[in-house]
Amino acid sequence: MARKVNSLSPFNVTSLALGLAFLYLPIIILVIYSFNDSRLVTVWGGWSLRWYREFFNDRAMLDAAWMSLRVAAVSATIATLLGTMAAVALVRGERFRGRPLFSGMLYAPLVMPEVISGLSLLLLFVALNAERGFWTVSIAHTTLTMCFVTVVVQSRLASLDRSLEEAAMDLGCDPVRAFLSVTLPLIVPAIAAGWMLAFTLSLDDVVIASFTTGPGSATLPIRIYSEVRLGVKPEINAISTMVIAFIAVVIVIASLASKLSSSQGESAAPL
Amino acid sequence: MTEESPEIYAPQANLPAMPADVPLLRIEGVSKSFGNFRAVDRLSLDIAAGEFFALLGPSGCGKTTLLRMLAGFETADGGRILLGGRDIAPVLPHERPVNMMFQNYALFPHLDVRDNIAFGLKRAGLPRADIDSRVAEMVALVKLEGMEKRKPDQLSGGQKQRVALARSLARRPKILLLDEPLAALDRKLRESTQLELMELQRRLGMTFIVVTHDQEEAMTMANRIGVMNGGRLEQVASPRDLYEAPQSRWVAEFVGDVNLFDGEVASREHSRITVSTSGGAALAVAEPRNVSVGTAVSVAIRPEKVKLSRRGPGSDAVSSQLINRLEGEVTDVSYLGGLTVYKVKLDSGAVVRSSIANTVRLDRDTYSVGQRVVAWFTPDDCVVLQR
Repeated sequence: MARKVNSLSPFNVTSLALGLAFLYLPIIILVIYSFNDSRLVTVWGGWSLRWYREFFNDRAMLDAAWMSLRVAAVSATIATLLGTMAAVALVRGERFRGRPLFSGMLYAPLVMPEVISGLSLLLLFVALNAERGFWTVSIAHTTLTMCFVTVVVQSRLASLDRSLEEAAMDLGCDPVRAFLSVTLPLIVPAIAAGWMLAFTLSLDDVVIASFTTGPGSATLPIRIYSEVRLGVKPEINAISTMVIAFIAVVIVIASLASKLSSSQGESAAPL
Repeated sequence: MTEESPEIYAPQANLPAMPADVPLLRIEGVSKSFGNFRAVDRLSLDIAAGEFFALLGPSGCGKTTLLRMLAGFETADGGRILLGGRDIAPVLPHERPVNMMFQNYALFPHLDVRDNIAFGLKRAGLPRADIDSRVAEMVALVKLEGMEKRKPDQLSGGQKQRVALARSLARRPKILLLDEPLAALDRKLRESTQLELMELQRRLGMTFIVVTHDQEEAMTMANRIGVMNGGRLEQVASPRDLYEAPQSRWVAEFVGDVNLFDGEVASREHSRITVSTSGGAALAVAEPRNVSVGTAVSVAIRPEKVKLSRRGPGSDAVSSQLINRLEGEVTDVSYLGGLTVYKVKLDSGAVVRSSIANTVRLDRDTYSVGQRVVAWFTPDDCVVLQR
């Protein structure tokens, strides 16, 4: 009883440190080198914000970043809308015809190699003779991220008591009203978390975007990738650091939102 | 209740002219199956306005399904449900003049107590002032003053139960459906809440239909109990009749504790028959119905009606011929506080239970294991059940 369960043995501490180092050391090095004053990526030349300034003067990079943010916002919004609807159908629709097929098709993009998704979308857009650019990338990212939204919303929805909606109907709500006034407020945190997840996934993606984008509408990851092929400029480190910081913030908000949704109202102080 | 605020559900005047003998609720041959499972099987039942009716049965007997059909959450496969003489099959749940109190209360977690109670009133489009006064009235009714701003997860089980009750009563339904309303409460709270529910029902003059698996709860609260088994009503009766005059072996065994002796009718004179049991005993039983000799029957006798004595009441004022006397040996004694339950193994091999009220604090007249006793009971205390 006296032994502390939480205390870590030297072995545990070592393996934890090694594991974390394996995951995060490259990122830490990248972040540190983003403040490097030297023109050479591998030589340390003292602390500086030079490459951050460089980025904010780089028109092409800024355009790509703006493009990425727009694509992420649009595709995340559409994916959230469709993904939530799919989750509602899967959880509330109980046993409709073709439900297993629907569920399987919904989750296929989760396991589909991105190259294949990207290529098939490219073929589709070519066949449709669609002009590739902002909208084709947005649509492609929607198909990629929708299933993630469904997973997040579905788990929340499944944990909701069905009788809540019945109670709302019993008290005078038609089914649509019951959903809007009771179910929706309770799953909003999950929907928000799903949106942010979709947003970051879209922001990260380079494979599908490179298949479906057109001239003059490169997203930030594509831009970075093509720059790196001509040799790594320290500016890339600065951009990457900002992207990491941005995504970290979004992920923290998303996880806080989903935590809030699972402990609805517990922390709310009585007035 | 104040009468100024408008009614959500149309008063009886809006219904088609209704003869006085039409019950408030009539269930006519209603069936409901889930796949191959018949949850409710051609069930018919009338419930009058102002009744406190209990549907009692083991889990899976179809009582909750029946209640959900009344609320409109399930559609009957066959039969009709008439409310005030009108078929309510095409009426959607949100338009039915009934409200339901859910087993797990189903309080809206994102709304506080006040908004939970006001939910149904807002949907009905009542003016704000009416909603406020009705909510205040409901809060007072269930004694939750000062809790209006709390969220459901800041309430105790008993308080949640009250909010759920207030919410379902707020719209003043014609019938209030209660699905296991007290199952989640601890014993002490359950007993006091039973009394409060009865008091409330009497005061409001509303019709309550409660579903429960707890026979004590049903007996305490309801005027009339329908015992369900396998989707059918086994018996509909007052609590007293259900206990003292069960119509089937199943009901006798489900409601309360019972000793059963299987046998056949040996002889019959006036309103008394003699049953020879499979154990070889002859039991004299009062039986007003005409049961022919040779019929296979069960004789049911409640444990508290079986008395024990050392020698049997041979010297009593009552003629010993009219009393069934079975000799045996005490095999088990369970002291339960108010009662002591003795198990007596009869010489015929059967075991009979006798429960005796402990009316004296220092009782020397108790029996111990291994002691020979006479278990006796009168013919009038027996019930004959056809097998």
